[in-house]
Amino acid sequence: MTINQISIFLENKYGKLSEILSLLGKEHIRIIAATIADTSEFGIMRIIVSDPQKAYAILKENNVSANLTDVLAVVTGSSADDFAETLAHFTKAGLSIEYMYCFAVNGKAILIIRTNNREAAREVIRRQNIEYICESDLIQL
Amino acid sequence: MYWQQDIETLSRDRLEKLQLERLKATLDLAYNSPFYKKTMDENGISSDSIHSLDDLKKIPFTTKNDLREHYPYGMAAVPIKQCVRLHSSSGTTGNPTVVLHSQKDLDEWANQVARCMYMVGIRDTDVFQNTSGYGMFTGGLGFQYGAEKLGALTVPAAAGNTKRQIKFIRDFETTCLHIIPSYATRLAEVMYEEGVDPRKNTKLKIICIGAEPHSEEQRKRIEQLLGVKAYNCFGMSEMNGPGVAFECTEQNGLHIWEDYVIVEIIDPVTLKPVKDGELGELVLTTINREAMPLLRYRTRDLTRILPGNCPCGRTHKRIARFQGRSDDMIILKGVNLFPIQIETILMQFKELGSNYLITLETVGNSDEMLIEVELSDLFTDDYSVLQGLTKEIIRQLRDELLLTPRLKLVARGSLPVQEGKAIRVKDLRKII
Ligand SMILES: [Zn+2]
Repeated sequence: MTINQISIFLENKYGKLSEILSLLGKEHIRIIAATIADTSEFGIMRIIVSDPQKAYAILKENNVSANLTDVLAVVTGSSADDFAETLAHFTKAGLSIEYMYCFAVNGKAILIIRTNNREAAREVIRRQNIEYICESDLIQL
Repeated sequence: MYWQQDIETLSRDRLEKLQLERLKATLDLAYNSPFYKKTMDENGISSDSIHSLDDLKKIPFTTKNDLREHYPYGMAAVPIKQCVRLHSSSGTTGNPTVVLHSQKDLDEWANQVARCMYMVGIRDTDVFQNTSGYGMFTGGLGFQYGAEKLGALTVPAAAGNTKRQIKFIRDFETTCLHIIPSYATRLAEVMYEEGVDPRKNTKLKIICIGAEPHSEEQRKRIEQLLGVKAYNCFGMSEMNGPGVAFECTEQNGLHIWEDYVIVEIIDPVTLKPVKDGELGELVLTTINREAMPLLRYRTRDLTRILPGNCPCGRTHKRIARFQGRSDDMIILKGVNLFPIQIETILMQFKELGSNYLITLETVGNSDEMLIEVELSDLFTDDYSVLQGLTKEIIRQLRDELLLTPRLKLVARGSLPVQEGKAIRVKDLRKII
């Protein structure tokens, strides 16, 4: 239901970004999804990888400012209506969405969502019977 | 508890009266030196023109440069025949400085050091090992004579040879050490490597640390490693050497012996006294030294007076642990500030690491300050939290500095480090 996402603190130096990514590449860690949010001063790159725990350990070892956050990973159809429907379940339950992004695998969209209340969000998924993926699924993606 | 209870707990009134008497006597003495004769004549100062401690302000400052220019004997206030020792600085830039001592001066200095050592609990039953270099470096002989005066059994081990230091500590059952903080950590590490647990296999209980700046965390670590109490001592060769100020067992500020010196804290630019409790440059006037008195000597060391009375009962003022050199001062938009003020604020945020860089730059027609500081780690994946943190740090800096710096959070390990010591200030300002 939840998976670990890695957030990496980035200054606006893009050489730094490829340096960090090659650290993971060397250890055969695949990047499944990535998104960067930035301001003029700094950015945070959020990534979903094939092996979050291992990736996190590598980053720590190399003194990279990184953070492991659990996020919801739910499966939805790829039409806009499917998206809207899924999101509506959370907003109806009074949850606000801090951020979301998505990626597609085998014609299905996987929606990564971070809400302001993790427990309530899990409850929504259970009650509405929303399809989701687990961390153990990542390695096969 | 006290080495000299009467003097150490003298009421402020009587202490200040004593200071005034000694100041006047010092001025009479100083007039015998070619340097002070000239200064005092030019400024119309004599002991008769001093009616209160406040009149001290009429006397010009003495700087290290004055000492250099009057190398070697131009500051002597007694005939050289009456001097029995001199200590000289290494003089890496320009002339070295020389400090001359009469026998009386050495006796007084030994008493001053003995008073400090007694204050932290060292007694004549203790074995005191001094790991300072001897010779010109005042930490050697200064502590040596102080410890002898106190009556401790002294082990003048001098610097270096860690294995031999450890052998002495064990064979002679050393209970007290004088040691620089970085060497204390090293000594402990070697002990553990050799299978010696200093807490169980030695009699060490009190150590005096000084001569290099160290943080409270470093002190605690040394205390833990060695199983001792560690006390911060302050000295400088121009003021004899060790013993000028020393922590008492409260470990909260260093008592500065005001029957030996008059303390002032000044703004290094305006040269006016700062308010009690504010950071500034330490200025000292010797009032218990005959061979080479120094009047209003600018130490270049930054500190502040700790307000309030010390629970130990001593009435002599306490100064804070040293906070850098006045030469580090930054002047920006007419405001004086010290990197330590910025550091103190940054260190209060557990989200931040210990490395930071202050850049002064000209933007358009105005000078700006940019502070880059490393995050200790990424503790959130939400950048509004990071923006909130940035805002809060800026707010606190503005309250302290009275100007608004730009602040940039940077990744850990991304700021330049030179020879293990972080570079703190980069001045890129153009002169307009
Ligand atoms: Zn005290």
